[in-house]
Amino acid sequence: MKELLQRLEYRFDVSDIVQKRENQTFLTIDKKHTISLITHLRDIENFSHFVLLTAVDWIEDNLFQLTYILHNPEVNIDIAIRTMISRDNPEMDSAHHLWEQVATYQRELKEMFGINFPGSPGVNDSFILEGWDDIPPYRRDFDTKKYTEETYFPRPGRQTNDPAEYMKNKLYPNG
Amino acid sequence: MSEINNKNTSGIEKDKFFAPENEKRTVTAPDGQIIEIDPLNDYFCGDAPRVHKPHKNKLFESFLNWARAESIWVLGFGTGCGSIELYPLLTPRFDAYRFGIQMAPTPRQSSLMIISGYLSVKTLKRVVRSYEQMQNPKFVMGLGSCTINGGMYWDSYNTINRLDYYLPVDTYIAGCMPRPEALLAGFNHLKKAIKEGKGEGANKYAENFEWYKANQKKIIKDWNMPDYNW
Amino acid sequence: MAKNKIINWKPDRSKFPDIGQDGKPVVDLASQKYVKIWHGPNHPGVTGNMSLELTVNGDEIVDAKTHVGYLHRGFEKLMERRKYIQCFPIVCRMCVAETDFPEYIYAAAVEDLANIEVPEMAQWLRTLVLEMSRLQTLLRVVPGQGGTIGLGLGVQWGVYLRDLILDLFEELTGGRIYHMYIIPGGVRGLLPDGFKNRMEEILKKVDDYVIRLTSLMYDNAVYKKRTIGIGVIPTDWVDKYGIVGPNARAAGFKRDIRKDNPYLIYGQLDYEPFTTTESDIFARAVVRLEDLKTTVDLIRQIIAKMPLNGDIKAKTPNVLHWKIPKGETYVKSESSRGEFGFYLVSDGSEYPRRINLRGPSYTHAITVLEKLLINANISDVSALMVSLQTCPPEIER
Repeated sequence: MKELLQRLEYRFDVSDIVQKRENQTFLTIDKKHTISLITHLRDIENFSHFVLLTAVDWIEDNLFQLTYILHNPEVNIDIAIRTMISRDNPEMDSAHHLWEQVATYQRELKEMFGINFPGSPGVNDSFILEGWDDIPPYRRDFDTKKYTEETYFPRPGRQTNDPAEYMKNKLYPNG
Repeated sequence: MSEINNKNTSGIEKDKFFAPENEKRTVTAPDGQIIEIDPLNDYFCGDAPRVHKPHKNKLFESFLNWARAESIWVLGFGTGCGSIELYPLLTPRFDAYRFGIQMAPTPRQSSLMIISGYLSVKTLKRVVRSYEQMQNPKFVMGLGSCTINGGMYWDSYNTINRLDYYLPVDTYIAGCMPRPEALLAGFNHLKKAIKEGKGEGANKYAENFEWYKANQKKIIKDWNMPDYNW
Repeated sequence: MAKNKIINWKPDRSKFPDIGQDGKPVVDLASQKYVKIWHGPNHPGVTGNMSLELTVNGDEIVDAKTHVGYLHRGFEKLMERRKYIQCFPIVCRMCVAETDFPEYIYAAAVEDLANIEVPEMAQWLRTLVLEMSRLQTLLRVVPGQGGTIGLGLGVQWGVYLRDLILDLFEELTGGRIYHMYIIPGGVRGLLPDGFKNRMEEILKKVDDYVIRLTSLMYDNAVYKKRTIGIGVIPTDWVDKYGIVGPNARAAGFKRDIRKDNPYLIYGQLDYEPFTTTESDIFARAVVRLEDLKTTVDLIRQIIAKMPLNGDIKAKTPNVLHWKIPKGETYVKSESSRGEFGFYLVSDGSEYPRRINLRGPSYTHAITVLEKLLINANISDVSALMVSLQTCPPEIER
């Protein structure tokens, strides 16, 4: 693992290396070199199994974090590649030519986060939602509770308690 | 009939959701014959559902109700996670067949629709279509607390909260998830109601048809089907 | 069963229409040569609530497209507005077939970020519950593979035995399907008295059942004829399309996370993953049957080696104000379908920042199934779906 990271650092401009466990490493790379790093890992370092691609919404910094997790089945190590893209007009290079199933992940991200992957097959087809006309639902600024109350018909009588307050009142009713 | 059909199809806006295979077109068959196809008018019936009044003879009506109650055929449509408890229900341990309950593969052969758990908007569209294809008399059973008030998913943007705003529900079974024993109790409750002549969900649907349709159309945003298509 | 290893197999497209730019055939429906058929969501032969859009020529499938989203509840959004302990009861509802796996990986991810050491007794109990969960799924799925082509008797027996396992679950945890047993930090309770004896009784019945099922299904000439040589996954697809678990083991890849990256106490247990190289529907059924035998063996080993008593829960802070340190992690486990992983991001607050579930069906049900269905007969669609063990809730959460 250490040697692999040294080799990667020598070739690529990777930063923020966090090694949580012996067989798992998280690292950050800029947007331009992400796909070439993934291609390098797949072809040279034998990370042949694509685990997942997902996004994290850092709304405070106006950034989306994309996380690609790859797995090397020969030595059983996972490597997770983080890359930050801007939240206004988010766009990323597609990686569907490396593994075909990446197109499915990109289709989901396009629908749920609104991140565009130009050139990815079927990226504009609806995947999970049907006829959605609000902002993409996995973004942090989408309020699911407000949307539910406006759209569906909540049955009256539901009470929401702050658990801490509720337990305090129950355990110490006299203050 | 054609008037109704025209009225029916004119309500559909040809927006981005309109499927190209539903458009009116002419096709040439392999043997050279030219056929005109208008799917929305050819395949669907535009007639709204009607209220079926009980038979004048009360004895005969009670006989019919007994027959309806003793042969409940369930549509095999696992809409949510509750369908996993239907496996034990239909196998030797709980054996629902002894109550006359049986799975039916298509909507037209079945009389009971079990909404097994949460119902996402995308499934609701299919459920409405399947329900309208079922023959009268038909019943709906809501399984799990998600159909009653949303349950675990009360704040989810994609699941409905109250099933009775979209379909007429005859029996609710509470629990997350309800045990097979609870399901059997629910079936017996439904049978009792049918025998007493209280299983009037289909008539309720016909009477309040516009209200149900308005609620359904409120959440199914890409309404690209006729209003009624049995 | 003697066949050569198939290295490079491609669907035969010679009599079918041109392939478009996106790799999909351009089908002219107006020519009346092709018919479009929807397989599901309302169909007896579909696994769960999903649908396949099939274009057929006669009874041969030309093109297939998977449609999912019928079970979408937006878990990843719901969990962002719940505290860590409030997520714990809803996380098991992500996958109804094996509810303990999402529970375990959620707990493991939280413990990994919060640096909590789980007591040894809790680890044994977790392993036991996970293996029981795998056993109850396999008892439904293994005969279910025959059920798809009309062999219903095995299903009747299997689901009865599965129900006995669910009774044990009820004894241990209080719930039949949703257990909410593996809590972040440990487990909720110890084994009840006499649990091990009752378990052994049921395991004996399962042993007996395996013998009966072998003669009923695996030696059945009709079942063999319908499955051998059909739905072959070529070996080069396994890495290309992310095939994991039993489907990869049937193609000759010895991939089992329990063995490769031992978690919990799997390192102390003795077993060997079973592999074959035929990679057709029958081979996958054989692998699942061997998995069932392995699981029974593992449960026996766990019960024999398990300590009698001990701490079952690590000390955690007040769960109502539990702030998890900033960081991210990916935790995985081997479910009966393959790699089941959880990606958890914490921003240092009381609420999770982002949660993502990686289910094996994500690739099996979409990329692989769409490819395997081409040139298949329409009567084999259900058999193919069940043999890949597709489960839609983990695709859309």
